[in-house]
Parts: sequence; C-alpha cells; structure tokens
Amino acid sequence: MLTLSNIRKVFNPGTVNEKVALDGLNLHLAPGDFVTVIGGNGAGKSTMLNSIAGVFPIDAGTVTLDGNDVTRLSEPARAKYLGRVFQDPMRGTAADMQIDENLALAARRGERRGLAWGITREEREQYREALSTLGLGLESRLSDKVGLLSGGQRQALTLLMATLKKPDLLLLDEHTAALDPKTAAKVLQLTDEIVNEHQLTTLMVTHNMHDAIRMGNRLIMMSDGRIIYDVSGEEKARLHRADLMAKFEEAAGEELANDRMLLG
Amino acid sequence: MFLAFQGAISQGILWGVMVLGVYITYKLLDIADLTVDGSLALGGCVCAVLLVNHGVNPWLALLASTAAGMVAGAVTGALHTLFDIPAILAGILTQISLWSINLRIMGKSNIPLLQTANVFGDISAATGLQQSVVSMLVGIVVAAALIASLYWFFGTEIGSALRATGNNEDMVRALGIDTRMTKLIALTLSNGLVGLAGGLICQSQKYADIGMGTGAIIIGLAAIVIGEVLGQLTPGKLRSFSSRLISAVAGSVVYFLIRAIVLQLGMDANDMKLLSAIIVALALCVPVVTERLRIRRAYAKGGEA
Repeated sequence: MLTLSNIRKVFNPGTVNEKVALDGLNLHLAPGDFVTVIGGNGAGKSTMLNSIAGVFPIDAGTVTLDGNDVTRLSEPARAKYLGRVFQDPMRGTAADMQIDENLALAARRGERRGLAWGITREEREQYREALSTLGLGLESRLSDKVGLLSGGQRQALTLLMATLKKPDLLLLDEHTAALDPKTAAKVLQLTDEIVNEHQLTTLMVTHNMHDAIRMGNRLIMMSDGRIIYDVSGEEKARLHRADLMAKFEEAAGEELANDRMLLG
Repeated sequence: MFLAFQGAISQGILWGVMVLGVYITYKLLDIADLTVDGSLALGGCVCAVLLVNHGVNPWLALLASTAAGMVAGAVTGALHTLFDIPAILAGILTQISLWSINLRIMGKSNIPLLQTANVFGDISAATGLQQSVVSMLVGIVVAAALIASLYWFFGTEIGSALRATGNNEDMVRALGIDTRMTKLIALTLSNGLVGLAGGLICQSQKYADIGMGTGAIIIGLAAIVIGEVLGQLTPGKLRSFSSRLISAVAGSVVYFLIRAIVLQLGMDANDMKLLSAIIVALALCVPVVTERLRIRRAYAKGGEA
C-alpha cells in the first residue's frame, strides 16, 4: 500500500542548522497494516509522515502509494490517497464552519469540486449517523460551529473526517498528544474501532510506548532518520516496554532516550 | 439636507458593492487586499473611456469594468500564490502599477461623462423617476442580486473550499484542495466586484478620476466594521452568512451617512480619510483591549480568592 525507498530529507542544508531528518529511509506497508511509530524527538517520525503527505519535497528517494509513484505530486494532489490527523486539534478542522460543512469538505477529499451545492440533505443524514458512532453527542449539533467544540471533540471529528472517505493510508501524527489522558484514551479507542472496522492501512506516530505496544499489528522504532527496529505479529504481541527501552538505549548509546520517552 | 442624506444612501449602496468584494478577501481569506484602491479606479476608468471614447452601451461598460477588476485581482493573486509574495505587498504592487495603467487608459487624469448615456440616466428617462432615486434603486437591485449570488457561490463545493481556506489552510490542503487556486479565485472574484463598483460609481457621479480609488480599502474595512457592530446590536446577532453580507452593505450606507453628517457639520472633506482610518483603527483595537482587560480582571479575581 505504501512503499518508501531511500528517502532522504535534509533541513537547512549548507547552514550551521543543517539537520539530516531522514537518512535513506525504507519502509513497506502491506494493505491492512496498522503500524505504530515510536522514537525520540528529532528521530524523523513527523518528517516521515510529512514526506508521505507531500508537505515538503524530499531530497532523494521515492514515495509510492497504492502502486503510484507520488514523489513529485503536490500535497493536495496526494490527498486522495491519504487521511490525516494532526497533533494540534485546531489544524484538522475549520473553526468558523459548521460540523456538517467540515464533514462535507472531507467527504469530497481528492475529488474535483464544482459548483454543485456543498452539502446535500442525504449527506447530512449520513453524517448524523457517523457522528453518533463517536458517542460524543455531536449528532445533534450538526449546525454548530466547530470552534465551539473541545479539543478532544475536534480531534474525534478530525478522525471521522479523515476516514469518512476511506483512505488508502491513514496518517496519525501524535494525534492524542495534546489531549488530557481521559480524552486521549477515548480518541485512541475510537481510532482502534475505526481502523479495525474499515481495515485501514495506518501509520500512527506516538510518544506513548504503552499505546505503541498495545495497538496495531506492527511497531517500528526510529532514530536519526532511520528505522532501527521493526517488529510485527506474534513477536510484537509478546513485546514489553522493557524490550523497547533496551532497544532505545542501544540506539541512543550514551545519550539515553529522552525524557518524554521515559515518561511514556 | 434631505437631499444630502438621500445622496449618501445611494452612494453607500453603490460603494457597498465594493464592500462585498473587500468582505471576501478581508473576512473570508483574512487578507487585507490593497489592490482595491487600484481596481476601483480601474473599473471607473475603463467604464468612462468605453462610454466617452467608444460609445459603448453603459451596461456592457459595467461588464468591462468587472472584467478589468478581475484581471487586476488575478495579477495580485498570481503574485501572491505563484511567487509567494506576501498578500499585502502583492496588493501594493498591483495598486501602484494600476495608477500608471489607469492614466494610460484614460490618457488624462479625469474624464467627465456629462454628455454620455449611463444606466441611471437611461432608467430615469424610461421611468420618469428622479435620477437620485434611480441610483438608489439600481444600487439596491444590484447589491441584492450580488448578495444572493455570493450566498449561492459560497455554499457550493468550491465556495466552501474557499471559506475553509481562510480558516485553516493545512486542513484544506490535506483534503486535496489547492489553496493557491482558492486564493486566486477569491482575489479575482473580489476585485471583479470592486471593478464593478468602480464602474457604477463612475456612472453615478458622472466622472472618472485617477484618484477615485484612493483610500477605498479603508472605506471598505470601515464599512465592514460598522456592519459588524450593527449586526451585534441586532437581536439574534445576525451570524448567518447572508446576514453578514447584508450588514456589510448596510455598514457602507451608515458610513456614507456619517460622512454626510460630519460634512454638514462643517468638517473639511479632506479630513474624512483620517476619520475613516480612526474608525477602522478603533474597531481593530477595541477587541484586543477588552480581551486584555478581561484577562487582567481574571487574574485579579484569582488573586483575591
């Protein structure tokens, strides 16, 4: 479903701030893979997701989605393959627009937009139904402005928007990091339900080792712009936090895994 | 006195057409588009030259004004979206070049329309109504038609994408919409309305002048701000999109009424731009200051508890 080969991305090349964010990264995802991604700050997790989404051009390598080489496509042109949820709950929704209008925009992801009315009556019914599966009571607030919702509600809505039209690949970039623990747990549970229901191929970046181990069928660990550990299936099921910590220490050498990882 | 106010109202409605254009960029895209000063004059100049030098039908001349405004907006849009020039600067560049272009189009700095037909005169002759009344009626009909069309357009798929662009560009791109395209469309559409307003104003005041657009953007912003205040004073707060468009035009009328009043009171017409700037500056300052006061008060309360 997704193939990354030899991806290289350097930020601020030729300056003192030069940073090799991705250093010959290779990754292949089979259809239905639910991969959790962990790694310290600056390991290249978000850069990898942004490279897939086409937020910036990469310096070398190719990105293949659903058999198509998308390396040279712009961010909007790749959108038809991708559902995305960002870390910041404000980034996934349009605050001044109604809940149903946001969903209608998302339902047309990657499609040509014309002068047809932006939202139809049947759609509204579908959205009401889809919103009720979130269990947040949003189904009775279709005409409310999204700006009135809490961060957790907005993130759940973004998740629904990202999967309303089934994506070939779902990219979750620490999508619960900005939420309080209870809300984060709720959004993660919704993530699990939605991904399983639609059998979505998913890449989920997280700072929480427990979630990384518990969720998905495959786990990768990144360090210095490469994948240093890749485990799936039975082996992943038997994985413990101590194993991951050991891997981290191995990768990080003297500079032990950073604080946020230890807290996870 | 009464005549002055009647004139102010019809002037306010015609300028309201421009305010609708400014509303698109300023409120929906969050861009203060300075092209407006140039494209309003461009609309007027094109209209005047077509009427006086080429004897074109006044309605067709208005269409040409609209088209000319759209081209100006597209140039700003291209500078901004294709070459990443900040929107304000892109607008200034187009505005400055339009000064020279407008002079080239007219060949001089002022064209009077005394002997030529215009839409207001035509209708006045056909109906027997006074020209000032006709000017107001035409303004109302045009503004209403434009509000209805804009309401429709911003409800369509493209229009929704455009509104979302002003809200959250990251989301819009992630949903497969090219934000460069939506901004280009918005700037083109906006300046098309401004050009149309230029043509209407030119036909109504019976001359085109190279300086007729100077400060237009401030008038537009002042009208929007006044309209918002009016909207908030109205029960129900008028939050729906169509009512916000209507209040923008109403704001324009109120602006020109205020102008007529202060002129009647003996203020120098040249001081009007200062007054407009003060209105806009105050309107932009007030929410910031009230927010700061609110926060300070919240701290004080926290301290007491």
